[in-house]
Amino acid sequence: MTLLSIRGLTKRFGAAEVLKGVDLEVNKGEVVSIIGASGSGKTTLLRCVNLLEDFDGGEIVLDDVAIGYVKRNGTRRRLGERELARQRAMTGMVFQSFNLFPHLTALGNVMLGLLKVRHMAKAEAKTLAMNWLSRVGLSDRAMHLPSQLSGGQQQRVAIARALAMDPKLVLLDEITSALDPELVGEVLDTIKSLAKEGTTMLIVTHEMRFARDVAHRTIFMDGGLIAEQGPSAKLFRNPGNARLKEFLKRANI
Amino acid sequence: MEQFLHELWIARWPLAQGLLLTVEISVASITCGTIIGLFGGIGLTYGKWFLRWPIRVLVDCIRGIPVLVLILASFYLLTFAGINLTAIESGLLALSIFCGAHMGEIIRGALQSIPPGQIDAARAIGLTFPRILAYVLLPQAMRQIMPVWINTGAELVKASTLLSVIGTGELLFRTQEIIGRNFMTLEFYGLCGILYFLVNSMIERFGKFAGQRFALQ
Amino acid sequence: MAYSFRFGVIEANLDNFLQGLLLGLALAFAAILIGTLIGLLCAFATTAKSRAPSRLVGIYVSAIRNTPLLVIVLFVYFALPQLGIRLGKLESFIFSLAIYSGAYLTEVFRAGLAGVPKGVVDAGRAIGLNGLQRALYVIMPIMWRNCLPALGTTFISLFKDTSLAAVIAVPELTYQARKLNTETFRVAEAWATASLLYLSTCLLIAAGLRQLERRFPKF
Repeated sequence: MTLLSIRGLTKRFGAAEVLKGVDLEVNKGEVVSIIGASGSGKTTLLRCVNLLEDFDGGEIVLDDVAIGYVKRNGTRRRLGERELARQRAMTGMVFQSFNLFPHLTALGNVMLGLLKVRHMAKAEAKTLAMNWLSRVGLSDRAMHLPSQLSGGQQQRVAIARALAMDPKLVLLDEITSALDPELVGEVLDTIKSLAKEGTTMLIVTHEMRFARDVAHRTIFMDGGLIAEQGPSAKLFRNPGNARLKEFLKRANI
Repeated sequence: MEQFLHELWIARWPLAQGLLLTVEISVASITCGTIIGLFGGIGLTYGKWFLRWPIRVLVDCIRGIPVLVLILASFYLLTFAGINLTAIESGLLALSIFCGAHMGEIIRGALQSIPPGQIDAARAIGLTFPRILAYVLLPQAMRQIMPVWINTGAELVKASTLLSVIGTGELLFRTQEIIGRNFMTLEFYGLCGILYFLVNSMIERFGKFAGQRFALQ
Repeated sequence: MAYSFRFGVIEANLDNFLQGLLLGLALAFAAILIGTLIGLLCAFATTAKSRAPSRLVGIYVSAIRNTPLLVIVLFVYFALPQLGIRLGKLESFIFSLAIYSGAYLTEVFRAGLAGVPKGVVDAGRAIGLNGLQRALYVIMPIMWRNCLPALGTTFISLFKDTSLAAVIAVPELTYQARKLNTETFRVAEAWATASLLYLSTCLLIAAGLRQLERRFPKF
């Protein structure tokens, strides 16, 4: 069953066309990873899906609802802030630079959305947040501020913060790029366990091995387009596209 | 409007004189203040404790007292102590001390931000400390503080209005005299504010220009 | 002429001095409260997509920054009544100091807003917070912490600026000192006491601020 369907997505920053008509479908429970050189539009694609960027053409349909824009009498209009906020809450996003709220504890970070967006009662939100913190292995760090946590721990809090909102789709944007090598493992393990539980994820990553092992399907983006896609095992074993071959050779896996 | 222009014509010379005196006071006090601040800043940065501590206390004291109090105190106290200074002179003294304390702090900050490797390098080529100061440290520090220094000029133009309280005939005092004669409060206080605004805007412009011109890089 | 310091004079007038000091603090406090509202409004206005509010705020800030406070105080007290706006001494001074501090606080808050990492705001967006919620629960808390030191120094300098109220005969500390000076000619006592009170209050506020900054460490 299709959860996310992107059709003909285009996006430009000034004169530069970053996305040149991307088509992509993601099924419920599927883990899809996106690889490609920097500047190929991977991150922009992800940010469009979470409505953090507006886009110029095409549409994004999440769970049978076209998000971000309404078409009325043939003109296309960006939705109001309130509606955008509601739609954003359907997807969760984890960022490269964690972006934890520095003034809130780990627990507070996870609880904020539950309280203010999901309008949960405080006790309920706290139970749920603690539950998620323990799932990412951080129940003993609940009362720590982000500045008191290691990078890997911060990123796991960010994962808990995104997952606690019970999103239909989780977007991961190079979540290990800002981490010291020895901290990468703990974060990837967390993601692996989420994948096993059937969480639908769209992952932009530089960790080729991770993409191969976790993702059911891998997408290779090049110059704002999807250049090749297929089951991860197959795509990594015998890449068809010449640019992909070159890319994988340099990535050295 | 016609009446205002008429009054303005009558008042043109007092206003011009007041503006001139404002500028003179500002220039004089920033000059004295910078000299005081240079010694203060150098003492605060490189002085031994018996030099550093008294300067520190002095600077903090001056910065903790309102300028108006400094001005009034210097005006009344000096006269009372038998030191005969005119209002302008005692006002200038207060403004210079005020400016000196602030400049001292600014110059200390600039000197301390210079990497210690600079002193090592200068020592290595055999310069003595006064020369290191003159040729290596101060040129870098002064460039760095240039925008702040010019901004201090605008601060002093503003602070000079306080001398009107002790009867110095600068722009604000002249304005008050004129208003005392023609009672056109709105017009002449407005004009006075605009004149100050223009002078300070010019200084601000110049500061921005100098900031780009003198930036190290 | 030999001048002998008489502590008795200070003692007899200490009440006046302390009341003057408290009045000054109250004036500064009232001004910074209103100034903070003005500053917040202006700072957030400059983040709007449209350019017009930004320009208006720019004009306000540069007009105030380049005009001496004393001229503003005198204008508000003496000139505004000509336009039919008649305020009492206290109200008029608070109003002057508030619009004056508003301009400086606008810049303080602007810098504080600029110091809020963009990614953190994005994270707020990503969990579905709307604009107002992001401002309240994400941007403002970080901004306040960024601004804390500058807010403190602004308050100290506003407190010192309350000395200008003496010029329109508001009976604060400087006014009291001048009164003692002219009434009794105890010049040294008057100014030493006033200076000492200003100084110690400033130092006390500064010390309190350092404590506050330690209590709320930088993120």
